[in-house]
Amino acid sequence: MSEAEFPLWEVFVRARRGLSHQHVGSLHAPDAEVALRRARDLYTRRGEGVSIWVVPSGAVSASDPGEKEPYFTPARDKDYRNPTYYELPREVRGL
Amino acid sequence: MSSVRALTALTRTLKPLDAYALGLGDDALIASHRLSEWLTHAPDLEEEVALANVALDQLGQARYLLGYAGRSSGLTEDELAYQRADREYRNCLLVELPNGDFAHTILRLLFFSAYQRQLYAALGESTDGELAAFAKKACVEVDYHYEYAASWVLRLGDGTEESHDRAVAALAELWPYTAELFAGDDRLSALAAEGLVPEPERIQGPWMEQVGSILAEATLGTSPSGTWRPGGGRDGVHTEALSHLLAEMQSVYRAHPGAAW
Repeated sequence: MSEAEFPLWEVFVRARRGLSHQHVGSLHAPDAEVALRRARDLYTRRGEGVSIWVVPSGAVSASDPGEKEPYFTPARDKDYRNPTYYELPREVRGL
Repeated sequence: MSSVRALTALTRTLKPLDAYALGLGDDALIASHRLSEWLTHAPDLEEEVALANVALDQLGQARYLLGYAGRSSGLTEDELAYQRADREYRNCLLVELPNGDFAHTILRLLFFSAYQRQLYAALGESTDGELAAFAKKACVEVDYHYEYAASWVLRLGDGTEESHDRAVAALAELWPYTAELFAGDDRLSALAAEGLVPEPERIQGPWMEQVGSILAEATLGTSPSGTWRPGGGRDGVHTEALSHLLAEMQSVYRAHPGAAW
């Protein structure tokens, strides 16, 4: 019943200030307000979060798994994109 | 032979403030048990967790209040929860009524959480520092229970024809039982005079206002009229539903007295 009547929502939780929201799962709910409340009950009951976003699953545009190769392989052999070739000055150790 | 002691005439031996806390603790314990009966029966998985969370909050409140009530008499929370028969329970009748459908559970939670909300807010100013500290902490929990119930009442009342009809039926059945929440007596007045507990009239007005506005917004009309106002729970005179509930709740404890894990 709920599958037919209640749409799916994606849930994002921010664990604490300064971090970004992380996707934690999904749930069914009739509207955004109920979705938020259910997200609170399902995903933050052990004190996991300080902020919740819910997004209708239909609103998420996803990359095509069939396009995985052209999307992600070219990045693999370009290690110069990683910041490993210079030394950090002592003054900015905390960067 | 069972080592379970029968706790009879208990509330006649408790100090007045302890007896008061016992009543509030019994409210929370029985409400918690009724909510927990929804496990594996809720409309969907998400709602089941939501109802269980509310039940756990209520259980936590019950544990504190029963512990407080029994402390000066040397009784533990477990002894109070598991060794009393229905005539020694002091909860209001509203919380012990069988669950019925989802609308029934949600409307009861609206009435009960709105009551606890006003009660705990007032109890937070008690001259008993320990009860006041408890009430302030519990307020945050029942605020959420109230928001949860209120938002469902709006959706049921203003939803489909069936959800509206079910909400109307639940309202008609439950409303008479709300009067008992605000019934006063001499013991209560004596405690209130010392600033230990709020006078029931003090919380009834705000409760009416709060519940009335939700019912109106949910297109459930005004509160039903009628003069039948059952009571007696605070004196241990309950509906038959409570003894059935207790039989189930206490069965493991009574089958294995003193068992621990």
